[in-house]
Amino acid sequence: MNTFLDFISFRDPNVIYVVLGMLFVNTSSALIGTFAFLRKRALIGDAIAHSLLPGLCLGFLVAGEKNLIFLLIGAFVTGWLSTFAVDIIVNRTKVKQDAAIGIVLSTFFALGIVLLTYIQQNAGGEQAGLDHFLFGQAAAINRSDVWVFGVIVVLIIAVVGIFYRSFVVVCFNPDFARSVGLPVRTIEFLITSMTVLAIASGIQALGVILMSALIITPGAAARLWSHRLPRILLLAVIFSVVSGIGGAYVSYAKAGMPTGPWVVMFLSIIVFLSIMLAPNRGIVSRISRARRNERKILQENILKAYYQYHEKKQTKKLDQLLTIDQILSIRNFDTSDLMKGIKKLKREGFMLQEGTTYALTTPGQKESKRVARLHRLWEQYLLKRTQIDTDHVHSGAEAIEHIITPELEKELEKELGIEGIPDEDY
Amino acid sequence: MKKEVSVEVHNLTATYGGRPVLWDIDFSLPAGQIIGIIGPNGSGKTTLLKAIMGILEPSSGYVKVFDKPLDEVRERVAYVPQRESVDWDFPASVFDVVMMGRYRKSNLLKRTNKADVEIVEKSIEKVGLTEFKNRQISQLSGGQQQRVFIARALAQKADIYLMDEPFVGVDAATESSILSILQEMRKEGKTVLIIHHDLQTVSEYFDYLVLLNTRLVAKGTLQEVLTKENLSNAYGGQLTLLAKVVDIIKKTEFPIREKDVDL
Amino acid sequence: MKIINEMNDLFIILTASLVAINASVLGVFLVLRKMSMMGDAISHSVLPGIVVAYYFSGDRTSPLLLLGATITGVLTAVLIDWLSSKAKIQNDASIGITYTLLFALGMIMISGWFSGNVDIDLDCVLYGDIALINLDKVIVDENLYLGPSAFLIELSATVIVLLFVFFGFRGFKLLAFNEDFGLSLGMNMNRWHFVMMGLVSLVTVVSFEVVGAVLVVGFLIIPAATAHLLTNKLIPMIFWACGLGVIAVIIGFYLAVWLNVSYTGAMVTVSGLLFFTVVLVVVLRKKRLSGEYLH
Repeated sequence: MNTFLDFISFRDPNVIYVVLGMLFVNTSSALIGTFAFLRKRALIGDAIAHSLLPGLCLGFLVAGEKNLIFLLIGAFVTGWLSTFAVDIIVNRTKVKQDAAIGIVLSTFFALGIVLLTYIQQNAGGEQAGLDHFLFGQAAAINRSDVWVFGVIVVLIIAVVGIFYRSFVVVCFNPDFARSVGLPVRTIEFLITSMTVLAIASGIQALGVILMSALIITPGAAARLWSHRLPRILLLAVIFSVVSGIGGAYVSYAKAGMPTGPWVVMFLSIIVFLSIMLAPNRGIVSRISRARRNERKILQENILKAYYQYHEKKQTKKLDQLLTIDQILSIRNFDTSDLMKGIKKLKREGFMLQEGTTYALTTPGQKESKRVARLHRLWEQYLLKRTQIDTDHVHSGAEAIEHIITPELEKELEKELGIEGIPDEDY
Repeated sequence: MKKEVSVEVHNLTATYGGRPVLWDIDFSLPAGQIIGIIGPNGSGKTTLLKAIMGILEPSSGYVKVFDKPLDEVRERVAYVPQRESVDWDFPASVFDVVMMGRYRKSNLLKRTNKADVEIVEKSIEKVGLTEFKNRQISQLSGGQQQRVFIARALAQKADIYLMDEPFVGVDAATESSILSILQEMRKEGKTVLIIHHDLQTVSEYFDYLVLLNTRLVAKGTLQEVLTKENLSNAYGGQLTLLAKVVDIIKKTEFPIREKDVDL
Repeated sequence: MKIINEMNDLFIILTASLVAINASVLGVFLVLRKMSMMGDAISHSVLPGIVVAYYFSGDRTSPLLLLGATITGVLTAVLIDWLSSKAKIQNDASIGITYTLLFALGMIMISGWFSGNVDIDLDCVLYGDIALINLDKVIVDENLYLGPSAFLIELSATVIVLLFVFFGFRGFKLLAFNEDFGLSLGMNMNRWHFVMMGLVSLVTVVSFEVVGAVLVVGFLIIPAATAHLLTNKLIPMIFWACGLGVIAVIIGFYLAVWLNVSYTGAMVTVSGLLFFTVVLVVVLRKKRLSGEYLH
């Protein structure tokens, strides 16, 4: 608990640097990563991240020490080269994108490992900290790092803000963008550069191997919650920053724990929670929707059974009292489902019970007629517009009667030319 | 005499991502004819072939071929997928691809035998590709690639052939070559189902038609199907209501089939 | 002394060559199926399986470890399928999410939960301990030296992979070229898919000690893709891929000795350089050909 208090009270200046660093880095990568995700180029981020390693090492060799600016420049150059290489391979040879990404990723990373082991052998103790870039060590973020990350995040926010509309068009419909005369190549160049920059700023905290999670996962999780891009971007940033600070805390609280894996764990938990809980697209919401549909079908079928009984027995009105067995003689309900449905319908005021028999109330009779009528309308439509055997038309209309909205009902009437007929006596 | 039934499709419904692509399709087709499956883009033609072939699991309904479940008569059915559905950069020669037509569940772990080689060479000859036998498939023209697929189907020695858009993007030579193969097949009493989208040529190619737009719009002889009313039902946007219902089904994830059955 | 050193070097080269052969054979099918990144994902994701199995067996070469980690690899493929088909997340993102999660889990295990009990360091995860394989020698009858155990394990994996590919050649070929056609013949293509994913997992697990979890994708994909540029036939493509893989191993080994750097890193770098050389030749030749057309 004490470490937790230490952490949130910012008593330790390092904590401030770490939290600010994660805030900046994760905002940058979530913003630009969401665009990469929407362009279906998520794994290119993976290639870029791995490809930063040789650049970092070269930056170190040139500077002769761990100077963040040199490291970032080196990383930026090799990161950029990697996307360029992927494009060349895909456009000029028969090697497809997936293999091109795999090749570039592993070649650059292997080169990075060669350089890293070379530095370890030859540069002695000064290389301390370079291997933090492999797995991430947020605790190593210091004051000047925070300044650099701050400049990068401001730059990325500015670019995304200024070019927002062009980015959106290029992501969703590059052909359209070209047709309206947008400089698609320049915009793609800008997106790629910002992606490389965001990834380069993130590897100190996350490490090159897991950095792609910061590009891919926030956008993928946020996408499940909304269809509107501004909201997706905002959510992606929130998810990413929360996970970043969570990861930083764990690695602060437990010495020797790398930050990157924990940030990824938190991000993954968010993604799986989103898969379960997101409105509309979430699994829970889909299950409850399926339940609702089933209930609606059941209740409307019970109501319709009264109409079918009335039709079959030529009774005068719809107010007959039926026993459970009589209802079952009309439609082969599952008995326990039927009882549940009747209970619900009674509560909603569509049915009444008298002893062991049941009847429809006036609103129930109206519903019953409506459902039967929709069934009839759809049957007529199928017979008119498609080839269907008369003995199949009934079952074909069976499910559809439950989903026809009042607007569709109007259109059906119009198309079948039975407008204006009162629904009592069709 | 009762005509033999080649393919019988019973109440077939197939969905893709919750959206019905085929809906309550119900028909049986005669044997020994060249049958065209036509309909606008996205009307479920390819899905229908895949469902007949068991490549795609339908959400309800079933298919019978020669009055038997598909698995019992699989070796009597050959399938020609869309040309664009494969990567022609795959390292294989014409001969290699046509040889796949001799693969069976039972011989999958075995090597090639002499009889198979003979059948494969005959099939290649039939489509006029003998001189390209050893050529790499990526070096063929679109029409030649299509003929490779047809040769592979011929090598299956089947009685029913299902072909997905064999006339798309082919040259005149290929078109006439395919047509003469079809004539020959008809003479031998084979049944051929062809997905086709060019209404201009329908009456030249086919004896029998299936007109599709998510639902079965019409089927029968050319005269029966090619009526103004049927065509405007399938192509003329007359099924907008159907499309709207399909959208609602997808949005609400509504089951198209109910679980309890009517008495 | 010199003889022993040469012997050790030879076994390093032989073992790495077997890794290259195993990976290249499967890599050919992965590249042709456009599933290279699935190979990348599986190779990263076997890490937690390796750590857990190692924790329980205490031995890096126990069959339990191989089995446990291989199952993790297959589960990775299942999870990726689930994310894209059921959770409706686009396929590339599903791959990225899955492998980063499982790799992160493996790293947390190594540096946190099981640290002290599991003798796997993070460098080994990155590029293996190929230089150390000679410490674990298999000697029978007291004096007959069969080779390091890593070599023998790799050799058995080679036998398994080659047997599967030899007898399942038609199935794998259908899977890679035209899965729908295979289904139309009534074959269970899903089963073939999982057999292949199982083999990829097996190979990455077996190679973990030798080349690590991160660089194995270079062995899987690079020689296979290079071979695809060099030949138009499937069987020659497999042989080319194996040959290129072995060449990269040999050149890489001597390069690493000369520069005193990571063996695995050097091998994959050489493999990548070979690929880019071939790409350069292909591109230049295309240019020359199109130039000839113009004149």
